[in-house]
Amino acid sequence: MNVAAMSLSVPLGSPLQEPLIDSRFTVPGIRCAGCIGKIERGLAAVPGIASARVNFSAKRVAVSHARTLDADEILEELRKLGFEAERAADKPLAPDDAETKRLMRALAVAGFGMMNIMLFSVSVWSGADLVTREMFHWLSALIAIPVIAYSGRPFFASALMALRYRRTNMDVPISIGVLLATGMSLYETVTGGEHAYFDGAVMLLFFLLAGRALDAMMRGRARSGIAALLGRMGRGAQVVQDGGAARYVEAERLAPGMVMLVAAGEALAADGEIVEGRTSIDASMLTGESEARPAQSGDIVHAGMINLGNPVRVRITAAAQDTAIADIARLMDEAGQSRSRYVRVADRAARLYAPAVHTLAFLSFCGWMLAGAGVYHALTIATAVLIITCPCALGLAVPAAQVVAAGALMKRGLLIKDGSALERLAEADEVLLDKTGTLTLGEPRPANLKALGPRWRAIALGLAQASRHPLSRGLARALREDGTEPASIEGISETAGTGMSGRIDGVDVALLRPEAETAGLAVDLLVGGFRTRIAFADPLRPDVRETLAALNAQGLRAAIASGDRVEAVGVVARDLGLFAAAGMTPADKLALLERRAAMGRKVLMVGDGLNDGPALAGAHVSIAPGGASDVSQQAADAVFVGAALMPVALAVRVGRATMRVVRQNFAVAVVYNVLAVPLAIAGFVTPLVAALAMSGSSLLVVGNSLRLARAAEACGGKGAV
Amino acid sequence: MTILGFLIPLALAMGLAGLYFFFWASRTGQFEDLDGAANRILIDEDGEG
Repeated sequence: MNVAAMSLSVPLGSPLQEPLIDSRFTVPGIRCAGCIGKIERGLAAVPGIASARVNFSAKRVAVSHARTLDADEILEELRKLGFEAERAADKPLAPDDAETKRLMRALAVAGFGMMNIMLFSVSVWSGADLVTREMFHWLSALIAIPVIAYSGRPFFASALMALRYRRTNMDVPISIGVLLATGMSLYETVTGGEHAYFDGAVMLLFFLLAGRALDAMMRGRARSGIAALLGRMGRGAQVVQDGGAARYVEAERLAPGMVMLVAAGEALAADGEIVEGRTSIDASMLTGESEARPAQSGDIVHAGMINLGNPVRVRITAAAQDTAIADIARLMDEAGQSRSRYVRVADRAARLYAPAVHTLAFLSFCGWMLAGAGVYHALTIATAVLIITCPCALGLAVPAAQVVAAGALMKRGLLIKDGSALERLAEADEVLLDKTGTLTLGEPRPANLKALGPRWRAIALGLAQASRHPLSRGLARALREDGTEPASIEGISETAGTGMSGRIDGVDVALLRPEAETAGLAVDLLVGGFRTRIAFADPLRPDVRETLAALNAQGLRAAIASGDRVEAVGVVARDLGLFAAAGMTPADKLALLERRAAMGRKVLMVGDGLNDGPALAGAHVSIAPGGASDVSQQAADAVFVGAALMPVALAVRVGRATMRVVRQNFAVAVVYNVLAVPLAIAGFVTPLVAALAMSGSSLLVVGNSLRLARAAEACGGKGAV
Repeated sequence: MTILGFLIPLALAMGLAGLYFFFWASRTGQFEDLDGAANRILIDEDGEG
């Protein structure tokens, strides 16, 4: 490993005197125990790093290091170890995480209460009577009341909120049922009655909390994965001061008139005009154009573009809220609002369910009153109806299936943000694909590696891995995937705008920009006196054809919508046999989606660039690749990592399988109600029957959902990776 | 029946102890990396994993 280039004041091995700071990085490539060992040992050996701890589940590394070492240098070290990494958000606990933890605590308390109360209930059911029964009822009440007060809060709060806005949701019948059952049971206990429903009420809370916790966990897991992938855009720039020195200024603080220094490989943080230097600019994030275009003094460049060539000076003309990117963000905001009108399956079910349950309970109360039973008896039966119809199975039906499906998809490299995305994926009947970065890899890869001998490859990797230039990174990645081990090269130095040079076994080696202008992107590899040209292209993802065939087999017709030039798009479209629209602006793409939506089509949008942002937010459902811009990943419903496109087809398939299981689960819940409700109305439901029916139907639903893991596994096996 | 006077408090105490242990575990981050712990035992302490 080459750390000679770094000058650090901290001597190796000596205890660090200065205070340590913690940084977090996401490393999607952690796959095995070997990776954990390699990263932890490798990083710990770097001067300035006190310790590194890998979180395998979250694919994250927490590094405790000296202040002198900055995040970029650690990223660099990770890259040398062979892992692509990104900075993770500094706040480890997002609000979602806190919610999951709260639900888990409520679940644990409900579980504790349920088990202990069941202990007493079983004794009562098996014949304890008189003083023993009374004592057991009192003990149950003593446990149940604090447990319900603690674990029931999520439901009570949500029901109150709904009632305040004069609406009803699933939580209203739940809350009424639980509170009524507790009140009735307390009355029974005080008067020395026979039937107490404490076990039923607490068990109900336990099963429902299990559903909620599953739902929250799924959202939390995907979020942490996505937060990890963020962070590619220009977050700031080196601004030239009066004295000529440069100072780092964050993107929000940049103002028109400042002159920023943009190094090779850096993303621009503001719109501006080039005042000094010639370079080539990669605008693919912003416009979808695949080929870098030359830029020189007087040319206008925009935030989000990447400088591929030489360092340039740019006078800022628009910053922060006035940039071209900010316009796209506004467009996205408006497009995203249509999405929020989508009603989830569970809520649609609740709309029918809640009034039906209330009516049923009320009618049984009236019926028994008319039949001449006392208020107390009629109320007992109404409570039994509420308890038995409470949507245990229904509350688990959707989240259980979705969590299992999301877990299976995550193993295949697709992160789903929430359950509603799976529901919408199942409905998609058309696919619109962006070209650059979606159908293609979106980064330059060497086109003619095969022409190089093994020694040359090792030298090329040794040189390329020490640079952050996009061409070097593409070259290094391709060589690593090829199984090349880097040659150790002495005295590596990087000259901005020219390339890398060093020595190996007394021979000068270098990776240089071609002196003459070339048609496409290329670098020259020099070993001794020999020179080889490595040309770069942006290749299609390896499994594009299989993916399109798989989508087609599922009845989804694909088309291309790209911001790139007609010629570039035409080549790909003819190659793949797809309809294509080229030269589209972000607003064009959004308009196209709205036209298709007006025709009743449900479009799945797959795109990566900033220019796809509004379309991703406005589409019925959307997926972005892991290499996409922050904005696109935020806007999309799901993110897939890796070079394969197959996760897109897999997502649709698993989405449909999930909805099938959800429907089966609903059927189970309905059958259960059809059987149990007449019993309850007739007054045959004792606490024992309620407990058996409730747990039975819940277990059936959870068991049915678990089948999904096997189904997703089976159909994913031949697809991804 | 007097045995109940001993067994019921015992059952409750054990349940509460379990509950407290869960709260403690979730507070101290024992559930942060479930798959990692399973993988870590495979790491060779000396030499490249």
